[in-house]
Amino acid sequence: MFKSPAKLFQLVITLLACAFLLIPTLQSALAGVTVNYFRGVSSGLTFKWIIEVWALYSGSIFLSIWLALACLMCTLIIGVPAAYALARNPGRLSRMLEEFISLPLAIPGLALALALLQLYGGWREFRMSWTFILVGHVLYTLPFMVRSVMSVLAAIDLKTLEEGAASLGAPPHRRFLDIVVPNALPGILAGALTVVTLSIGEFNLTWMLHTPFLKTLPVGLADSYASMRLEIASAYTLIFFVMIVPLLLAMQWATARAQRIMS
Amino acid sequence: MTSRTFVQLCLLPLAVFTLTFLALPLARLILASGEGEFGWGIYLKILQTPRYYTTLLQTVLISIAVTITALGISTTAGLFLVRNRFAGRGVLLSILTLPLAFPGVVVGFMIILLGGRQGLVNQILPGHWVFAYSAFGLFLGYLYFSIPRVLLTVMAAAEKIDPALEEAALTLGAPPHRVVLDVILPALAPAMIAAGAIAFATAMGAFGTAFTLATNIDVLPMVIYTEFTLSANIAMAAALSVVLGVITWALLLIARSFSGTTVAAGG
Repeated sequence: MFKSPAKLFQLVITLLACAFLLIPTLQSALAGVTVNYFRGVSSGLTFKWIIEVWALYSGSIFLSIWLALACLMCTLIIGVPAAYALARNPGRLSRMLEEFISLPLAIPGLALALALLQLYGGWREFRMSWTFILVGHVLYTLPFMVRSVMSVLAAIDLKTLEEGAASLGAPPHRRFLDIVVPNALPGILAGALTVVTLSIGEFNLTWMLHTPFLKTLPVGLADSYASMRLEIASAYTLIFFVMIVPLLLAMQWATARAQRIMS
Repeated sequence: MTSRTFVQLCLLPLAVFTLTFLALPLARLILASGEGEFGWGIYLKILQTPRYYTTLLQTVLISIAVTITALGISTTAGLFLVRNRFAGRGVLLSILTLPLAFPGVVVGFMIILLGGRQGLVNQILPGHWVFAYSAFGLFLGYLYFSIPRVLLTVMAAAEKIDPALEEAALTLGAPPHRVVLDVILPALAPAMIAAGAIAFATAMGAFGTAFTLATNIDVLPMVIYTEFTLSANIAMAAALSVVLGVITWALLLIARSFSGTTVAAGG
């Protein structure tokens, strides 16, 4: 099957791209458990760097998990009802609103963070609290939740289902909880996994919004790249990979599942 | 409560959050850019100050180079993965989409592992090979996170091309390279424009990667960062942010009009 030169060329390019993306991740995983990276694996394997990273940075790892869960709660509370309202009233206004809340995907995080700092930077209690970072994360992840839920709701016949329930006497909030939410579940799941994955890895906004006492996982990573030896930076990156890769795979699975249900 | 009021109530949390933390801060940012010593002339000042316009130019040039290279690599690999079914295909696809979840700083570290002082290339090759902190290192970093984004967009479009078109061209006697030029690439063009716009916009705004690698080169997000933190030149940082935001937003609007989807910007 790979006989023709054109096919062979394509295969080589694909494999080279894979090597470019994969080799440094393997190097990082290996360096994180090697006694002395400069001398190579022959210097022996060890868990001491991982233990050291845990001692140095476990606080930032827990902060990131906490932020991701809080961010998920916020995007569920704000995003799911909003997606329902937007799906119920399709039109120019809804389209514009969706476009507007999607701005954080288009505008670099740095610019958004500057905007938040300009307006709320002077409010000390807020600026110094973890909720300030949370606002940034919700801002960035909310459009993913809204769009994910909206696309599932757009594929089902919401109107007929709701009319049926209404004729049986269900009030609006019961129709939302008993019909809309269960039908939207695949979209909510895909959105939720996307929100958690993105929140744990968010750096561009967080770097500007964080304080010395509130460092998230990626902020800690940047810190270790700048000031720690290569083995510790690698061990920390390895911990990050172990957290993020299963999340990414679950997110891709849930998104593909939601799309299957829609079609 | 009527159905109408309930639906409006559902929008309330979103409306409050968006107004408080998106609309008002962005308005404040735009106003702040005009509050410096040059007033609104600050936007003219960007074009008159060599440091700013060369940075802008340099960022655009690196982003163009990354966009073209990523399009070339990802279109080739994407077409290959869509057209062929073989053992290990799923693994290759997973490897190629893995970096989607990597923050820009991690991508920067990956390039350091390849091209830094203790990097792979420097260890394998004789002599001194350190390129992680040069413009080429930055290019590789941007390429690292652009490949998956472009790949997904191109593959989604390639799956929709009717194989019958290609077969028809082949039976009519077209050589394979004519099939690629006359059938496949025109069908992929909208997706490639969209993917290119996404890659370009992401590269323009990439902060994390530049933060890790760009110690010697000025790119726009790093200049914004230093204007804000080191020089405390708030107006200029705000003005450059507005310029950058308008550029990336306009590009992604183009991308959406061509393909209807956008992949998360990050980097």
